[in-house]
Amino acid sequence: MGILRPKVTLLNEEYKKKIFEEATHILESLGVLIENKNAETLLKEVGVPNQNQRYFIPSDLVKKCLTYPPHEITMYDREGNPNLFLKEDKIHFDPGSAAIFILDEKTGEIREPLHQDFIRFTQIVDQLANIEAQSTSLVYSDVPKDAQDWHRLYTTLKYSRKPIVTGTFRKESFSIMNELLLTCRTSEKDLAEKPLAIFDACPSPPLSWSDLTTQSVIDAAERMIPSEFISMPMSGANAPITLIGSITQHCAESLAGVVISQLVKKGAPIIWGGSPAVMDMKHGTTPMGAIETMMIDIGDAEMGKFLNLPTHAYMSLSDSKIPDAQAGLEAGMGALLAGLTGINMISGPGMLDFESCQSIEKLLIDNEIAGMVKRFVEGIHDYGSPFAEDILKDYDQTNELLSHPSTLQLFRKELFFPSPILARMTRDQWKSTGSLSSRKRARLEINNLLAKPPQVELDASRSKELDKLSSEYLSSGKK
Amino acid sequence: MDTEEIYREMANSIVSLDQEKAVHLANQALDESMDLLQVIEKGFGEGIRKVGDLWDEGEFFLPELMSGAQIMEKAVDIITPGLQSSGSERQSSGKVLLATIEGDIHSIGKTIVATMLKANGFQVVDLGTDVKAEKIVDEAIKGDIDIIGVSTLLTTTMVNQKKVIDLLNQKNIRNKFKVIFGGAPVTQGWVDECGADGYAENAVESVKLVKELIQ
Ligand code: B12
Repeated sequence: MGILRPKVTLLNEEYKKKIFEEATHILESLGVLIENKNAETLLKEVGVPNQNQRYFIPSDLVKKCLTYPPHEITMYDREGNPNLFLKEDKIHFDPGSAAIFILDEKTGEIREPLHQDFIRFTQIVDQLANIEAQSTSLVYSDVPKDAQDWHRLYTTLKYSRKPIVTGTFRKESFSIMNELLLTCRTSEKDLAEKPLAIFDACPSPPLSWSDLTTQSVIDAAERMIPSEFISMPMSGANAPITLIGSITQHCAESLAGVVISQLVKKGAPIIWGGSPAVMDMKHGTTPMGAIETMMIDIGDAEMGKFLNLPTHAYMSLSDSKIPDAQAGLEAGMGALLAGLTGINMISGPGMLDFESCQSIEKLLIDNEIAGMVKRFVEGIHDYGSPFAEDILKDYDQTNELLSHPSTLQLFRKELFFPSPILARMTRDQWKSTGSLSSRKRARLEINNLLAKPPQVELDASRSKELDKLSSEYLSSGKK
Repeated sequence: MDTEEIYREMANSIVSLDQEKAVHLANQALDESMDLLQVIEKGFGEGIRKVGDLWDEGEFFLPELMSGAQIMEKAVDIITPGLQSSGSERQSSGKVLLATIEGDIHSIGKTIVATMLKANGFQVVDLGTDVKAEKIVDEAIKGDIDIIGVSTLLTTTMVNQKKVIDLLNQKNIRNKFKVIFGGAPVTQGWVDECGADGYAENAVESVKLVKELIQ
């Protein structure tokens, strides 16, 4: 670590307390709508007052439930090695999830993704140094609709070793996805001890938890699989227009999730995540690249840290339709701000057009951004003083410092090395290689990455087991 | 104040988003037994059209558009009983049913479309979210609907949109309604595959589409 961990903060202790107090008050006074029978039973069992499925959660219960969940979560890769550390200010990136379109880099067309696209996507993420987790990032149309959630997890497990951020579209799918994960572990206990996938669950703004998402939280908690709460207030549409009001609403919705999960099982791992957005008042869209969206994200994560929970946010996305200057600036700002906030899981690379489109070209550019952000948050290192004097003393001997022992010893540590996607060559070199834009250079990288073997080959028997499960469920779905 | 001037005031109350004034003027129209159809058409209606223009010109934003539409609705609600008792009826541009399909709870886009349609003189029946195809068809029959609009944001629930068309076909009443689809994953290809009548990418386009189809 450097001298300081560079940080950005938008809230102080006083305001975090105020927001927390108001959020608990909201749960008590306005309550939260719970549309899931199992969660209703749990809440009734502990005597939570309710009316027409609206539960008025006492703040004592919220505070008690906050004492149970773990403050940090270690994610393990497919092979069972510890891989990601969701704690303190550590940061990790994963691609934005569940895009319903892909920007085809060969034709430039925005179209519906196919299974083959997701395979390529997964293979590429597997190779990217700065994007450490996979996510089930494309929803493809060439599998039956009722397989669209779990089939992505199957594909990810087949083609990459990295931990996965995923989620269900149907209640029935959780158990299938659990079975798929179990092919990579020896038992439920082993999977609980070495979590491989995180399940996203989105409360519905304002102040409501749908049947599907609540069930996902319950199913995950029972098995001690991490749940990531993705509260997404849309400021001015179904949340207050004020940033502070949206942060407060996010806090209340997420706290309800904490209570549900901890009533299922004390100590169930949870991640304080979010995908808030301000509403674009002209187009009626939900810009993820808006600076105010990022500010809410930061406030939300600060609240998560205040409550001692691992954090997540949807940042480093862009609303541009192609990987252009807008995509670069929005993704760059979002990723850097997320890094400076110390958000443990940052979902977004590759994503365009309000969380609806994935682009491999953008993914590769974002991989560079993520690398830079990681370098930045390391801060400035102190290797012992004098910092410069001794080195400068030696300058006259060689008239350069390139060959100086300190340079050789430290340049790899001090510098982040970008891929050829970032133009650091001279103008002449750039001209002689075709005067390409970063987008075009990213496109050229794709085939190089696809030509590489997977980081870790999937064990043959495990692969067979996965195939067997997949074909079983595909055919039982058809019946 | 002459009548023309009152109409202008009415239009202004919508454009300036002055609900109090709009309500006051609507009540005044009742008290003074004004020609209520004209009150809507030349008065408040002129206002909401102006709001639409301001939106088109980039002058107005969503909160203004929505507020304008809602104030318009309030004024019309005050006037409607008077209209009915006088035996005349407001000429509706058409009746649209909107719903988010079964399995999907995304509501915001549909609600914006509903508001825009209302603002443009359409009668809108909004059935809410997670609505079964059966219910949509039943309500369409009951409600004497012209256009059925089905929204979905999830690729997994798109199939349920198609159910609406299938049901209409089964009941042999497909030609009684126009059916339009909307929501982020919906494409012209999907609309063609299902045999629906159209789709629109946003609320403004939705109004254009509905106007086209209703002619
Ligand atoms: C807000 C949001 C939510 C909120 C919805 C709150 C609410 N009350 O509506 C909540 C949190 C509840 C939610 C839940 C879920 N969501 Co969601 N959500 C979104 C988000 C971010 C924005 C949607 C939105 O409101 N847009 C703004 C409005 C104004 O735009 P719009 O809806 O497109 O509407 C416009 C047009 O489409 C058109 N239109 C709309 N309807 C109609 C109808 C007609 C007839 C016509 C003509 C036109 C028309 O006009 C509108 C106005 O311009 C989208 C991302 C996206 N880019 O769409 C994801 C998104 C749709 N959700 C997604 C997912 C996966 C989910 C969940 C399954 C997540 C989970 N596991 O919990 C659940 C599903 C719950 C359920 N059963 O429905 C995915 C869908 C992926 C897929 N496979 O389809 C998306 C694309 C995000 C992502 N990439 O992951 N979500």
